[in-house]
Amino acid sequence: MTDTAHDDRLKAVDIRDLEVTFATDGGDVPAVQGVSLEVRAGEVLAIVGESGSGKTVTAKTILGLLPDTAVASGAVLLTGEDVLSVGPKRVRELRGTDVAMVFQEPSTALNPVYTVGWQIAEGIRAHGKVSRREARKRAIDILRRVGIPDPATRVDYYPHQFSGGQKQRVVIAMALVLNPSVIVADEPTTALDVTVQAEILDLLRRCRDEFGAAIVLITHNMGVVADLADRVAVMYLGGVVEEADAATLFASPQDDYTKRLLGSVPRLEARGHQAAPAADAEVVVRASGLEIEYPGRLGRGGFRAVKGVDFTIAKGQVLGLVGESGSGKTTIGRAIAGLTRVTGGSLEVLGVEMNGVRERDFKPKRADIGFVFQDPASSFNPLLTIAECVAEPLIVHGRAGDARAARGRVDELLEAVQLPKAFGDRYPHELSGGQRQRASLARSLALDPTLLIADEPTSALDVSVQARVLELFAELQKDLGFAALFISHDLAVVNILADRIGVLFHGDLVESGPNDQVLGAPEHAYTKRLLASLPVPDPAEQARRREALAALTRAETNQES
Amino acid sequence: MTNVLAAAKDKRAPWYKRLPVVAQLRRSVGLQRGMLITGIVICLVFILTAIFAPLIAPFGFGQLRDDAGAFPRQAAPGGEHIWGTTVGGYDVFSRVVWGAQTAISVVIVAVILSVTIGVVLGLVSGYLGGWLDRVLVVIADAVYAFPSLLLAIVVSIVISGGQSSLLGGIVAAGISITVVFVPQYFRVVRAEAVRLKAEAFVESSKVVGSSTARIMFKHVLRNATRSLPLILTLNASEAILTLASLGFLGFGIGPTAAAEWGYDLNRALSDTASGIWWTGVFPGAAIVLLVLGVTLVGESLNDLADPRLRTRRRAKRRTAATTPLPAAATTEGAGA
Repeated sequence: MTDTAHDDRLKAVDIRDLEVTFATDGGDVPAVQGVSLEVRAGEVLAIVGESGSGKTVTAKTILGLLPDTAVASGAVLLTGEDVLSVGPKRVRELRGTDVAMVFQEPSTALNPVYTVGWQIAEGIRAHGKVSRREARKRAIDILRRVGIPDPATRVDYYPHQFSGGQKQRVVIAMALVLNPSVIVADEPTTALDVTVQAEILDLLRRCRDEFGAAIVLITHNMGVVADLADRVAVMYLGGVVEEADAATLFASPQDDYTKRLLGSVPRLEARGHQAAPAADAEVVVRASGLEIEYPGRLGRGGFRAVKGVDFTIAKGQVLGLVGESGSGKTTIGRAIAGLTRVTGGSLEVLGVEMNGVRERDFKPKRADIGFVFQDPASSFNPLLTIAECVAEPLIVHGRAGDARAARGRVDELLEAVQLPKAFGDRYPHELSGGQRQRASLARSLALDPTLLIADEPTSALDVSVQARVLELFAELQKDLGFAALFISHDLAVVNILADRIGVLFHGDLVESGPNDQVLGAPEHAYTKRLLASLPVPDPAEQARRREALAALTRAETNQES
Repeated sequence: MTNVLAAAKDKRAPWYKRLPVVAQLRRSVGLQRGMLITGIVICLVFILTAIFAPLIAPFGFGQLRDDAGAFPRQAAPGGEHIWGTTVGGYDVFSRVVWGAQTAISVVIVAVILSVTIGVVLGLVSGYLGGWLDRVLVVIADAVYAFPSLLLAIVVSIVISGGQSSLLGGIVAAGISITVVFVPQYFRVVRAEAVRLKAEAFVESSKVVGSSTARIMFKHVLRNATRSLPLILTLNASEAILTLASLGFLGFGIGPTAAAEWGYDLNRALSDTASGIWWTGVFPGAAIVLLVLGVTLVGESLNDLADPRLRTRRRAKRRTAATTPLPAAATTEGAGA
């Protein structure tokens, strides 16, 4: 018995010299080149790397999920069988029973028109004859085991009736129901809030411990790796550059790329020595009792996204707003830029009252406001060159006749954000995400604004790129001295840039103050939980933090009961 | 490796290689390429025929006699009239060649008119929204609900008032086809404008303070027109059919004003019973071929525009020994 278990241990997944090449319009692109990896039963292997490093392609090969345009060679042995050569029928039999997948976005991985019970049962009934009743019983059972409360009722619920975290639990339940030996989890927590992420990571850990499954975890978040992984493989440009167990990798990374990757992860450290702005400093933005309500559908009340928030941004000061999705942080940013209407209270931006403002009155002030959007891919008109895009504000406000006349200033701006001048002649799709976000920064700074609003400017970027963009942002802020509202869901990122931090929770500003006060000595329970949930890239430290979070949760439940 | 380099060069391809149809042709392979080339060749043949009709056709479209006297009626193909003559004494070959000119000018008039009107209305309606949008959408839906041929007949009667001059006939046919197609362009551009309105780059120009007109024409319009060439080619073939139907039913252009395939088919109707095949087959084949050519171009453009439907050359298997990592680095460099 022990012997066979040991055998299984060795053979859960064995990838040997895998190569995957995609046929694209621009010729063949090698995605994975000579990757060899193995995962044993009851082990979590994390594959980390930037976007485009081939980590997702490698994982999808394990399930035989490559598109038609890809050609794979080498071997992927799944409990002794080569997925690449057994043929589509056998691969379908292997899926579910031997290998299962947890997807990134739980809301799209579930079919909205069927109940979750039906969807779990579908997987069971696809493999062998199982009666409807039996399948339902097993669905209820698995839902209970992944921690869905009241599973006997909720088995008949539709996906939209679950929260994001619960949906991911359902997806994991679907993966677990046939007791597969391998679970491939592709960025399972990226789409979730940080407090929910901690719960899902706990659940995945239980998958390993209670179900004995091997887990291939694909992620770009080093904190998640530190929290969950036993072994880590670092991928770069289609190859594995380093493979080690988690403790070793974090303690003494060998490869240069790994070192760079670990070095660029933002850490939650005390900032210290922060100069408080003078009390009489000019106020750029003042919100008092700010309320923003989105109109509801006919016959229903509107949705109050922001419920009475007070804050001020002084000249030259950076205010960081953190909160989970739906907390209203983006809404506040959009209201300041005049993109969303203020419905109650007062919001004063550069001396203009935004509650009931007319576009004509606000327009002259727009020259003083810069805005950096979250997604660098969509914030540029794809048909204009970078120089034309950056020149837009100059032309609109009459500082230049056309894009050519503005070119001198545009070159200066590109230089300020450390992009070569020649990039001005390129189209947005010819730039990488980080370069585009820098160009976006250049555009927002074109008119020397007194206020810059940055809405999650780095959340779509890879860690190493994020570090460079944040550095640049901090530098420019120091040189140009603009006031800024920096919106992010990542406490560590906000901590790098902000002078003051405000924590939003369901439209309320639950806590605000200087960095070290909010992050060092949080007062509100939610801030405490948010801080404790943030995984740090250090396995030993993260284990301690996990304990602390568990203790915090226990204390909260005790208080409630 | 060479492929990667070719891709890097592709970006700076000369302008004529980036034209709509040419770009797709260069990108296509296999069956899709065959379809596209067949379509393009057929269309080119018809366009050249239309342009050089005066040189190709031995007689005028309304010509009934030459120096040697009146043409024979219903003469079989051969001799002076290679495709024979009709019951009215017209030369079939000349009528078919001149017909290409009529068909293509009507298609051009119809497409230009319907694209201009449809795009402007769709853009305004989609971007501005509000009551204007609602009214326009209801009108477009109402036009959709009519049988398109009936609508075209009504409009052609209203416009030409029964007269049949060349220009009047072409414009009348063009406008009646336009009325039928405007809602399609309107729908497509409106949907694109509604989608683009929420895009970050439109919001970013709003934040900058751009005027509505500038946003609409500089940012939204240029991005909304991407799928137009597809509907355009597909509608062009429908336009040819509508024109032929109008002519067949007697609402088209008279035989003395211009040659029109639909009209000729109508005249050939009684010939079929008496075994005179050439008066009907040639104009009929011309309609079928032109529609086929335009549809082939349209359908293959449609397939090529969708990355999921586009077929590509299969990637070659490569081995680690011959292609070390630098290959990937080159790709990265080309993308960055």
